[in-house]
Amino acid sequence: MTLELRGITKRFGPLVANDRISLTVDEGEIHALLGENGAGKSTLMNVLYGLYQADEGELVLDGEVRKFAGPGDAMAAGIGMVHQHFMLVPVFTVAENVMLGNEATGFAGTLDIGAARERVREISQRFGFDVDPDALVETLPVGVQQRVEIIKALSRDARVLVFDEPTAVLTPQETDELMGIMRQLRESGTAIVFISHKLREVRAIADRITVIRRGAVVGEASPTATNAELASLMVGRPVELTVHKEPAQPGPDVLVVRDLRVLDDTGHTHLDGISFSIARGEVLGVAGVQGNGQTELTEAIMGLQSHVRGSIRLGEHELVGRSVRKVLDAGVGFVPEDRQVDGLVGEFTIAENLMLNRSHGKPFVSAGTVRSGVLEEFAQRKLVEYDVRASGIQAKANQLSGGNQQKVVVARELSRDLSLLVAAQPTRGVDVGSIEFIHKQVVATRDSGVPVLLVSTELDEIVALSDRIMVLYRGQVVGIVPADTPRETLGLMMAGERPEGTAA
Amino acid sequence: MSTTAKVPVPVDESEPAAVPLRTALKAPIMLGVVTLLVALLIAFKARSGKTTFRLAADTDFFDLPEITVPSTATVATVVVLLAAFTAASALLVSRGRRTPVWLVALFAVLAMVGFLAWAAAGKSVPVIGLLGGSIALAVPLVFGALGGVLGERAGVVNIAIDGQLLFGAFAAAIFGTVIGSPWGGLVAAMLAGGLVALVLGFFAITYFVNQIIVGVVLNVLVIGLTSFLFGQVLAEHPDQLNAPDHFGRIPIPLLGQIPVIGPVLFRQTILVYLMYAAVVVVAWALYRTKWGLRVRAVGEHPKAADTVGIKVNRTRYTTLLIAGLIAGAGGATYTLVSVPQFGQEMTDGAGYIALAAVIFGRWDPVRATLAALLFGFATNLSGVLSVLGSPVPSQFMLMLPYVVTIIAVAGLVGASRPPAADGEPYRKG
Repeated sequence: MTLELRGITKRFGPLVANDRISLTVDEGEIHALLGENGAGKSTLMNVLYGLYQADEGELVLDGEVRKFAGPGDAMAAGIGMVHQHFMLVPVFTVAENVMLGNEATGFAGTLDIGAARERVREISQRFGFDVDPDALVETLPVGVQQRVEIIKALSRDARVLVFDEPTAVLTPQETDELMGIMRQLRESGTAIVFISHKLREVRAIADRITVIRRGAVVGEASPTATNAELASLMVGRPVELTVHKEPAQPGPDVLVVRDLRVLDDTGHTHLDGISFSIARGEVLGVAGVQGNGQTELTEAIMGLQSHVRGSIRLGEHELVGRSVRKVLDAGVGFVPEDRQVDGLVGEFTIAENLMLNRSHGKPFVSAGTVRSGVLEEFAQRKLVEYDVRASGIQAKANQLSGGNQQKVVVARELSRDLSLLVAAQPTRGVDVGSIEFIHKQVVATRDSGVPVLLVSTELDEIVALSDRIMVLYRGQVVGIVPADTPRETLGLMMAGERPEGTAA
Repeated sequence: MSTTAKVPVPVDESEPAAVPLRTALKAPIMLGVVTLLVALLIAFKARSGKTTFRLAADTDFFDLPEITVPSTATVATVVVLLAAFTAASALLVSRGRRTPVWLVALFAVLAMVGFLAWAAAGKSVPVIGLLGGSIALAVPLVFGALGGVLGERAGVVNIAIDGQLLFGAFAAAIFGTVIGSPWGGLVAAMLAGGLVALVLGFFAITYFVNQIIVGVVLNVLVIGLTSFLFGQVLAEHPDQLNAPDHFGRIPIPLLGQIPVIGPVLFRQTILVYLMYAAVVVVAWALYRTKWGLRVRAVGEHPKAADTVGIKVNRTRYTTLLIAGLIAGAGGATYTLVSVPQFGQEMTDGAGYIALAAVIFGRWDPVRATLAALLFGFATNLSGVLSVLGSPVPSQFMLMLPYVVTIIAVAGLVGASRPPAADGEPYRKG
């Protein structure tokens, strides 16, 4: 099936989210839609999927102009979508999710769950998935949940499949597997739209690339284009993709962690006696597949975990057993892994968010009252210094794009005198321009003599920024290796294998 | 990389479903408190005499004998057993397991036997009347709870159950009288409940008004409206407007003659039989049909439902309407069964108890029904004991249903999880 979009325009009030966008996708082709967060990719796909109605332009399937009043129409026409935030009901089984909206029924509307199970098994077999139709979706790893999304689309005989930022939640291995699945789908004649802002993935899999910026198509590129070419097309200016940094000048060890154990309320072990240290002016990268104890490690340092044993010494201070307030007062800066949940208060202004960790006294509060003059002057300065694109310091945090939100968090954490910076996933869901900026800040922090603990599931980021790399697997340290260790070795370590010759 | 070594992995896969200790501890603590209370009864106010439990109804196939037991000795035995149950529960929890439901249920029955043996010393307890009356009193609660379960499963918190019951009762009284048939009253009650539900839906679904507030306001509105109309119209013409025919008892042949079970379950009014049917139909529809799957999806993840072409708000409206019809039928019980007459605020907050039953029953129609039956039992117990002349002051007995509600919801409901989108209006985009 051939899909053609002709001059699609979608406006939200004064904002033009899509400005006369045209593109075609042929049968058996992977067409990548490349653009930064907020460029209008998701809006375009929601128009295609019938969730939004286009203000202008038309949608043509196999030469026939179609109008979709809702997702039901789009699905009936053979368009399927794998959403970035999975559209699965967590408490339903795989089979129930797959049949939802498209139910096989028997007498008096009785569900034919057997038919749905059979459908799941059949599609799973065709693509070599290992998905149990009776498993509850919430118990499945994200990679498998995504396969359920794919099965859901295929069970409705989708001939055009849209993948909206499918790799954002995946580990490197899962990403490779997904690419394999997409190639398989292409072979079977499915037309695929692949939305992403990750250059490497787009180049690896796409047959054609359309780049959009600020709602409009700015050009087509071939997969042979270099990362730098694609990035500058996407951002609209030349972008520095590699991080320039001088070799580290490590001083004495400042953060010393000994035999750290973290349990949760149910008694499960999340960190099992890990030990490491970070020196002055050094970045220690923590690599590992998500869920191997990274979250617990950063939260244990911050005093956010309740069952912590062992020792975390920062200079003179023992951090285990301290309250979060005292950990902050010891000079620990924290970029949490989910800025919207832990990093910002969405309904607060930028200025208010910038003083969140210093709400108990100087310089912003005196005699229990916020000194708004000092705060505004400070916020104004940080807005310029960190290049936060917003209507002003009174803009609410949840009105900002992901990259600008993250810059606010980084600005807040770095504007104190730090003795340690803990940065968890500092560039997750952040556009290329902001990634570049945040990376520079991390390196500058290191160069000013502050030890940095960097946690990331993006191996590229770890390799680019770290001076040493610690790999975590199931709550244990697989090894601490130099930053120039080959990717393959790191990949093996992330799967729990300790190559010979590396120190534990 | 010819040789690789696998990192040893901490072994904790042996206990996949460990229960958070704090939640698990609630059960043994609650059981311990109840054991202590029953023990205090004989410690401080032991009563001499024998207690008789009457099990027979005169229409059974055969009559069960009366059981007469010495009061204090029985209570003492019960206390020992209760202590053993509590110990068993504590032991299970210390091993990281949950207290099983059957243990709690058995404990409750035992504690009740102990309490009755003490309270009715020197008298006889009409077991049949106690249980059968409980069912009759639970009917509006069960209908209300079913309405609540349906609404919340679709994502709309149905606080207006009380309003639906009361308006149903009111409509049943008027139309039952005017039409001259209790069936007409029942249909009018259902429509009245549905009307309240639609008003709730109009504000909560279409205009995103906070559902809790709309629900409470509707309850107060219905109280005001029915009281006003009652005072102005019904009280003036009681014979023309407020004297409906009522449903009589219909004993079911054979089933109704089984000892104990028969008179309790199968010698009731048609509304009770409708209630049995409603529980079965709602449970079946919610879990086994296409409609139910969609309702649950809309209550859990409306956006996901929308992306597969399900009309979220339309589904919520229809479900809420059905919930209102069911709750309205519950309201008919007040005016079409025992006292065929409407009175001001005659539901006495039963809708809120039904709401508690929804939560105690973890948003499941069958469990919510059992919870409603428990509350019905508590209500009836206070009545039966005051007739027997128990040593407990009657004001305390009137508190019983509400105390049971608090104990049940706070103490025994574990980490129950409401539908994820419960109370969340759905906005597109």
